[in-house]
Amino acid sequence: MTVYLALVALLVVGSVLVAVDGGVLLDQGGILNILTRSTVLGLVAVGQTMVIVTGSLDLSVAYLIGLCSLVAAETMSGQGSMVLPGVVLALAVAAAVGLVNGLVITVLKANAFIATLGVALILRGWLEQNYTGPAGSVPRSFQHLGYDRVGPVPVAALLMLLIAAGAWWYMRRTRPGYHMYAVGGDIEVARLSGVRTSRTIVIAHVLCALMAGLAGVFLASRLGSGAPYVGTDAGYDLESIAAVVLGGAALAGGRGGVVGTLGGVLILATLDTIFDDLAVDPFFKDVVRGVVLIVAVALYARRKLTSGRTS
Amino acid sequence: MTWKPRLADGTAPVLVVLVVLLVALAFAGPAYSEPAGYLALLKRAAPLVILAIGQYFVVVSGGFDLSVGSLVTAEVVIAARLISGDDGNTWWVIAVLLGFGVLVGLVNGLITTKLLVPSFIVTLGMLLVLDGAVFLWTGGAPRGALSPSFRVFGRGAVDVPVLGAVPWSVLILLAVLVGAVLFMRGGTGRTLIAVGDNENAVRLAGGRVHRLRLLAFVLSGVLAALAAILLAGFAGVSAQVGQGLEFRAITAVVLGGVLLGGGRGSVVAAAAGALSLEALFSLLNLVGVSGALESAVQGVIIIAAVAYAAHGAGLRRAFKRRAAPALP
Repeated sequence: MTVYLALVALLVVGSVLVAVDGGVLLDQGGILNILTRSTVLGLVAVGQTMVIVTGSLDLSVAYLIGLCSLVAAETMSGQGSMVLPGVVLALAVAAAVGLVNGLVITVLKANAFIATLGVALILRGWLEQNYTGPAGSVPRSFQHLGYDRVGPVPVAALLMLLIAAGAWWYMRRTRPGYHMYAVGGDIEVARLSGVRTSRTIVIAHVLCALMAGLAGVFLASRLGSGAPYVGTDAGYDLESIAAVVLGGAALAGGRGGVVGTLGGVLILATLDTIFDDLAVDPFFKDVVRGVVLIVAVALYARRKLTSGRTS
Repeated sequence: MTWKPRLADGTAPVLVVLVVLLVALAFAGPAYSEPAGYLALLKRAAPLVILAIGQYFVVVSGGFDLSVGSLVTAEVVIAARLISGDDGNTWWVIAVLLGFGVLVGLVNGLITTKLLVPSFIVTLGMLLVLDGAVFLWTGGAPRGALSPSFRVFGRGAVDVPVLGAVPWSVLILLAVLVGAVLFMRGGTGRTLIAVGDNENAVRLAGGRVHRLRLLAFVLSGVLAALAAILLAGFAGVSAQVGQGLEFRAITAVVLGGVLLGGGRGSVVAAAAGALSLEALFSLLNLVGVSGALESAVQGVIIIAAVAYAAHGAGLRRAFKRRAAPALP
């Protein structure tokens, strides 16, 4: 996978740059930093991979993350006994939003871009109307999820990898997973082959929303409370799409996978960590991120050209 | 003989929506009982309508331009910094702004056509680059100031014989709209729609697909620059002027019945979509819906519009199928 070659190259270049600056990139703190950054983006991007492979798109994840963090934190409101209900309720809300996304796309036949943008705007209106800042609180016991680690590896990162492995297995080893690729490749052909295309799209959106919900729950655990704009401030909607595309997925659908996406996530997280170590202006990060995104996708397109495949 | 106005497919619904909204406005607020109220609405809407027209060119040819919002912000910040309050700087800065719009459009278009990167990704990357660059350059707070003669375009008015004082922005908007309609009626405009519909057919017919795509992005960039000039005059300088405008422009285009993915829809409908959106926001304001719910309403509206468009087409097809056996 090209994306992992790029990751290794980035780690080498980054290590040298940080070393010249008088620091160490890949010490325990650095690894911890990269993994922690990867956890949230990884969850969202794995979900995004499913919808993108299916030929769809989800622009609503960023607001959904904020909403789920609030639902979890407000339900728990500091009580240890309410942890499970909080998590379950947050995931239920996420699944419901995913269901709405999927149904608007399949039943109302709205373009995925517009459908999920519309749902994002609705969520945003709700958040702006009801919240001015952080709300709810998470019991100390639940904060273990955000801060505990096994050796240098955060528990949450392990959980994220476990979920990613599950997603990989689902997409590559099960019938509904193959259907995602079939629908993304050519929806008409898939339909004529007997695939229930609408069901496949709805499932992809529900799973994607569930992952965003998990990301929200994790962020609530780390922050100690729910925050309405925790997802949008980090730009998880566009960032997750960027990670998926960096991982080699085609926005038109039918191509890509969880493994590539994780590579994309690690590249973005490593870039951020390097910039932090170098104390680079935060706004410069955006510029570099934009350039990296364009260059990476251009390289994929070029490779496709030279390998003689036409689209 | 009945005269039927020649409207492109899908234009009628948005015009109906627009008329309903305008009538509703007249009932909702006393300001809209006379032309001045509507003129003010047009003035307010001009930047978004111009942006929507630019976005239309890109969308109808099968692409996205997500960079227009941050381009507007960048243009306003650049204008304030370069003019720094001096009237003498107005004209060359306007030239620089339009040139910068062309440049951004060219870069978007060249990467899309030459490097074969999907326009969604290209313009998303451009959005990140422009946003970052603006903040990097300004350190978070825009510096400098606009000159009075620069702000005339956004807030000033000229005396027109019959109508009285007409805002500059409305005149500019009309000029852009007329230009866009003439362009779309011409051969180049028609081919642009064909590119969005079936790129290969255009290529096989000898059309210059790449050049047309490039043109669409350049037009979008230059119109974003124009919108920025109006918006800066109207609203002033901040680092948030352009925020979310790209999605608003796409919403407007879709509201006008233009198909995402390209190949269908008229530029007048896209402009009407933008105007409807602004009229809707004014109406919500008058009725007392808070600003926070504005985006929720926008969300519901665009989903409804797109669903209606999809099902409208489906129903028409079903009707034709049923009618077909009756034909000899």
